[in-house]
Amino acid sequence: MTATPAPVKLERKDFVSDQIVRWCPGCGDYAILASMQKLMPTLGIAKENVVFVSGIGCSSRFPYYMNTYGFHTIHGRAPAFATGMKLANPNLQVWLVTGDGDGLSIGGNHLLHALRRNIDVKILLFNNRIYGLTKGQYSPTSEKGKVTKSSPAGTLDRPIVPLRFALAAEATFVARTVDTDVQHMGMVLERAAKHKGSAFVEIYQNCIVFNDGAFADVENRDTRDDFALKLEHGKPLIFGKARDKGFRMKGHEPELVTFEPGKPPSDLIVHDEKAGAQYAYMLTQIEPPEFPAVPVGVFRTVEEASYDELSEAQLAAAKKPGGDDLAKLLAGPETWEVK
Amino acid sequence: MNTQTPPKALNDPKRKRVVPVEELESITIRFAGDSGDGVQLTGGQFTTTTAFAGNDLSTFPDFPAEIRAPVGTLPGVSGFQIHFSSKDVLTPGDAPQVLVAFNPAALKANIKDLEKGGTLVVNTDAFTVGNFKKANIAANPLEDGSLSGYRVIEIPMTSLTDTALAGMGLSPNQVQRCKNFFALGVMYWLYERPMESTSAWIRHKFAKNPTLVEANLKALEAGWSYAETTEIFARTYRVLKAPIAPGRYRNITGNEAAALGLVAAAKLSEHTLFYGSYPITPASDILHALSKLKSFRVKTFQAEDEIAAVASAIGASFVGHLGITGTSGPGVALKAEAIGLAVMTELPLVIVNVQRGGPSTGLPTKTEQADLFQAVFGRNGECPVAVLAAATPGDCFMMAIEACRWAMKYRHPVMLLTDGYLANGSEPWKIPNVADLPKIAVSHDPGVPAAEFKPFARDPKTMARPWVVPGTPGYEHRIGGIEKANLTGNVSYDPDNHELMCRLRAEKVAGMVQDIPPSKVNGPDKAKVLVVGWGSTYGAITTAVGQLQKEGKSVASLHIRHMNPLPPDLGEIFKRYERVVVAEMNLGQLETILRAKFLIPTVGLHKMKGQPFKVSEIKAKVEAVLAGKE
Repeated sequence: MTATPAPVKLERKDFVSDQIVRWCPGCGDYAILASMQKLMPTLGIAKENVVFVSGIGCSSRFPYYMNTYGFHTIHGRAPAFATGMKLANPNLQVWLVTGDGDGLSIGGNHLLHALRRNIDVKILLFNNRIYGLTKGQYSPTSEKGKVTKSSPAGTLDRPIVPLRFALAAEATFVARTVDTDVQHMGMVLERAAKHKGSAFVEIYQNCIVFNDGAFADVENRDTRDDFALKLEHGKPLIFGKARDKGFRMKGHEPELVTFEPGKPPSDLIVHDEKAGAQYAYMLTQIEPPEFPAVPVGVFRTVEEASYDELSEAQLAAAKKPGGDDLAKLLAGPETWEVK
Repeated sequence: MNTQTPPKALNDPKRKRVVPVEELESITIRFAGDSGDGVQLTGGQFTTTTAFAGNDLSTFPDFPAEIRAPVGTLPGVSGFQIHFSSKDVLTPGDAPQVLVAFNPAALKANIKDLEKGGTLVVNTDAFTVGNFKKANIAANPLEDGSLSGYRVIEIPMTSLTDTALAGMGLSPNQVQRCKNFFALGVMYWLYERPMESTSAWIRHKFAKNPTLVEANLKALEAGWSYAETTEIFARTYRVLKAPIAPGRYRNITGNEAAALGLVAAAKLSEHTLFYGSYPITPASDILHALSKLKSFRVKTFQAEDEIAAVASAIGASFVGHLGITGTSGPGVALKAEAIGLAVMTELPLVIVNVQRGGPSTGLPTKTEQADLFQAVFGRNGECPVAVLAAATPGDCFMMAIEACRWAMKYRHPVMLLTDGYLANGSEPWKIPNVADLPKIAVSHDPGVPAAEFKPFARDPKTMARPWVVPGTPGYEHRIGGIEKANLTGNVSYDPDNHELMCRLRAEKVAGMVQDIPPSKVNGPDKAKVLVVGWGSTYGAITTAVGQLQKEGKSVASLHIRHMNPLPPDLGEIFKRYERVVVAEMNLGQLETILRAKFLIPTVGLHKMKGQPFKVSEIKAKVEAVLAGKE
């Protein structure tokens, strides 16, 4: 089901709440919030039919700043709250905002199950590779050996790659974008909004206080064109300011190739966002330090019935005249009369 | 008791001999065997048949947590006790007068409970050296004289069933399963039960396999005929119909009644029922029952864990459904933080806690009442939750409706406490008339123009906040677990506001007393002893106190169904009794609360055996108090 259209033309300001935004100055979250508020009126959905749900963490304050319905829930559990909402009212467009700690540490279980069920919820995971709200401990996406307040000798944990987690859960929409590239982020968010089923978007987000520059190469305006490999369906994997680098397959591994601009080799990988999850998984292996590149864009998007849609179908199939006769239900199959 | 020959009307045309009949007021029978033996099924059939025969009854299934522990061993023993009577029955009986033991392990595990002089029916085919070894029995108890205090009826049930079914081409395993119906046939003869309801059940159950229909019917008939012809029983027993209030009845377990109550509440409030749950013993049957009710638009969601189950229910409640989660004690522990969120955001939520033995995994299939503290206090912060407790299996229906009504009326979590004994125990239940059930009025109307809307403004009478759901244009607002500013619901760290909000939430829950009817004392207005109970102890306490009153003892009882807030008239009632005895299946949780709240001395009667109180245990305690020994 789709949300009902907005009766009047809405503007960006209609989606700005009256609350003071309380993120740190320079936080990447501001840009994401602005992108969302800009995108919303273009979707043609009445704002009363939009719900933002979140867990705990800096990212999870997001719903307070959107002038839609919103629910700031408890740590890690937002996917379960969102699932209840969408099952109860499939007419709502439900967005879930989470972070690398909320979504992948305490809430990993719920995220897994939301994605594998394909509940129609748009999930935005702000990844800054650090715990911000608790002031600087390592997160499940922190690089191995990272020195933080809680890991003075360096972390021992192998980091998780959020997109691999989503792909392993058979998510039907998997994408990545970067907080500093507003145009790209707007495109990815719009595609997530229009996807039917669970949409998973990892947003590289800079925590200026506790982990500044975590994604510097792909964030900085000076370097990002050299690093961001922008995925486009049906187009070869070419990147670099001079458009002189690309990827092809060598055995089962991606291989970096450089070439004369305008003359790419014919065996470059052509992006196919409808391909099996194993292809998208291969793309997630393109990352520093092995490669001087990070793919952004839609890794995978496939059409499958959403959980809420299937639930409604079961209810519709069970509907029959007199099927909700309470007196008959209370009586049960065997009764007797006492006179 | 009096012995007589059967009157003409009860003469079964099949009867070949004239058998004397002994009339009994009530009888308690226990079936016991391997958990894979079909003991629960046998007990269930005997129950339905007994209800149809017009007796009042109460049952107590008692089974191990393991689905099928090794065959023939003590951990694998499953039991089903039924107490039926020509009088009002409130408990499944203290001790059985008849024990049907399908194997030596069942005999060993249950013989200590059989009344002295009671009847023991055994399947002698199972009394083999191999089975003695499995049950760790040194000598054949049928031969070593240890059973001399009982009337032992030895029946080779398996071989007799085998003979009866000879030539049908059944495997030994299939024959083995039919022996339950042979045993039922024997018991139906002995207690003059009609066989129609079980015959109909067999025809329905095995409809797809005519051979099994025939085999099971044959086994049932063979058992009856065996008892009729062999003269192993010198008489039959008659329990006359009980004087039950007129009406249409069915048998119901607590879990069935709770599920029906939740559905009824959804209907009465014109809301969609959303039940988020994670499988857990002994609560799963509620999920099973509700998941079948899609034609009622009941939405069930089997979540990935207990936390997701309650979270999904809260999410559904936020968008306007009747959000419910059901579980047992360990599940409630996991849900605690989310329940706190529902308290903070003041959303309707019902939590059904079918209590079991704890702590930790505890005794999953056994009953206990040790979650009262968890229900009332078990969350971080000042986090009051309304707590109701059902008294009997049938009462789970009305209390489930009440829990839903409170949750929606006050926009607040309500926990309904039942327990393993209520959940699986059954009783005849007078089917309520739907038209007589009170409607639940719920409005999602903001009540004010959008510009004046305040999500945390309160109704002056109930202190409930508006339940304005997503999809309502112009009233978009955000809620969450951070402390809310009074009225606006915006995030607030203001010290005075926090204290105000804590007090408002507490005051709202305390104010729910306006929905509690006056307490009813069972017995005199003034007496030496008042026995106070809550939850599933109702039957045992009421029976014990009734018997003591008949014996001329100065005693009354009071059963509490509203655990938080407590009924407002308790303090005044307690003053009228010299001693207050609090009987509960924990180490004194209600007792502690009553002592703290009313500053009264109490005497506690505590039981932690995973088994309900026996009537005799309560009587003994009261007698000790009356005698000045406590």
